[in-house]
Amino acid sequence: MVEFDVERIRRDFPVLATSVNNKPLVYLDSGASAQMPQSVIDRINHYHQYEHANIHRGVYQLSEQATAAYEAVRTTVARFLNVADTSEIIFTKGTTHAINLVAHAYGRKFVHAGDEIIVSHMEHHSNIVPWQQLCDEVGATLKVIPISDIGELDLEVYERLLSDKTKLVAVTHVSNVLGTVNPIKDMVALAHAREIPVLVDGAQGAPHMKVDVQDLGCDFYIFSGHKMCGPTGIGILYGKRHWLERMNPYEGGGDMILSVTFEKTTYADIPAKFEAGTPPIVSALGLGEAIDYLEAIGLDSIERYEKVLTKYATEALSDIKDITFYGTAPNKAAVISFNIKGVHAHDIGTLLNDDGVAVRTGHHCAQPVMQRYKVPATTRASFYLYNTIDDVDKLVASIRNAQKIFS
Amino acid sequence: MSSKQIYQEVILDHCKKPRNWGMITNPTHKAEGINPLCGDHLWVSMTVVDEKIEDIQYEGESCAICMSSGSMMTTKVKGKAFADAIALAEQFRSLTTGPSAADEAKELGSLTVFSGIRDLPSRVKCAMLPWHTLTAAINSKDEASTEGDQDPVPGSGTQKT
Repeated sequence: MVEFDVERIRRDFPVLATSVNNKPLVYLDSGASAQMPQSVIDRINHYHQYEHANIHRGVYQLSEQATAAYEAVRTTVARFLNVADTSEIIFTKGTTHAINLVAHAYGRKFVHAGDEIIVSHMEHHSNIVPWQQLCDEVGATLKVIPISDIGELDLEVYERLLSDKTKLVAVTHVSNVLGTVNPIKDMVALAHAREIPVLVDGAQGAPHMKVDVQDLGCDFYIFSGHKMCGPTGIGILYGKRHWLERMNPYEGGGDMILSVTFEKTTYADIPAKFEAGTPPIVSALGLGEAIDYLEAIGLDSIERYEKVLTKYATEALSDIKDITFYGTAPNKAAVISFNIKGVHAHDIGTLLNDDGVAVRTGHHCAQPVMQRYKVPATTRASFYLYNTIDDVDKLVASIRNAQKIFS
Repeated sequence: MSSKQIYQEVILDHCKKPRNWGMITNPTHKAEGINPLCGDHLWVSMTVVDEKIEDIQYEGESCAICMSSGSMMTTKVKGKAFADAIALAEQFRSLTTGPSAADEAKELGSLTVFSGIRDLPSRVKCAMLPWHTLTAAINSKDEASTEGDQDPVPGSGTQKT
């Protein structure tokens, strides 16, 4: 850990120097939204001050510069995911938007009555509901990979679920509640043996580990900017050209066409085909800056540091009386979900806020996970590169305080 | 304000020893309340004679704010006429969402411990849910929800995502 200078990193994030209820902010909700470093904030401001113009159509300098900056981020993202063909990177509004895009553009074309789509029991609602809607609409069936008590997917059942009826596997890279890192590469290999495409929800994956989509082999990989030190309003859909070209367009409008007459519209090639209307240009630039920031530190270093922090936090929290953890898989990201006997998660969350500690409480948009473990809600602490051992100690102390109030 | 001021003795007492806890067998009025934010889930059952609440019980699974609010609610409305119970529910709503403590009605009595909840907008729904459910039971609606309730913090969690 000598090489990982967390104090220097913390100085890059203005919000981490602020207070809540006269206590230094202890931000443990990066799984929902990560904070932004000064470089990202500066990039956004600079665009608004000096670079703002619509892209792709203007022939004047300001527009051409904005276009170049926007397209340069596409190249950055392609490099970030180890994608060779930059056209396979689609800008979206976020993970939810990207999944809905695939559910419409792939689903309405390739999924028919009697077909099946496989998801897992640990998905976020955004990787359940769009598929459910699709199934309802076309008469297909949703199949669910079960999870074990420690929060791992049952791969034997998964293998049995794969059939000639399966038209897509949609699975999360990392569970937003349990922290489980799923064996995507193996799962893709099993699906591809039957020529079934695989979509990976990388919202909790890409921010925390090096993602090489060529190595994973998946057909779609999706993530959001705001969970990786970027702004809201921007997400990425990586899709294999083979699929993107055959998929229907999703939204219609400007920028996604070659020609329009009242008789017929010819669509643009990818990626423009899926980017109708003026995109969130400034958010894309912010995401590009965030990727540069994370890569300068190194995703491998961040992952190593988070593992140390998660191990320390798990041990420290284990000492708390009457704590129950949800998700204890060996291969786990920096997410810890728990409950304290006799104190509802929302009361914990409110009392922790008194001490400046920001955690997530509730069902985390993953109600099936709550149902699986028979709890109405959990408290979730999620860590990122700027969190410290001291943050963990404050979390533990604050939980003990809350416990005292209820004892 | 510190939320520790909310979690004061009276609330914790009702949370640990909820009054009128349970479900009336063969109730004349009954409703279920759900708050998708916390997963709070409760039932209010009543025996009503001539629009007067002769008996009321509640049970469910919820956070401390909701649990204690429900417990105190049952002690307040038991024996009251529908009209008075509805008026009290309205006063409680003003107490928890209103702009200031100045208009606190005398009838609220010990319920005024919830006045501080207005400083915790994301928790207002927790305190209001038992009262919503009571109103639903009076109107014999099957299910109450904090959905569509005027939300001091838009998107603070009532959406069923």
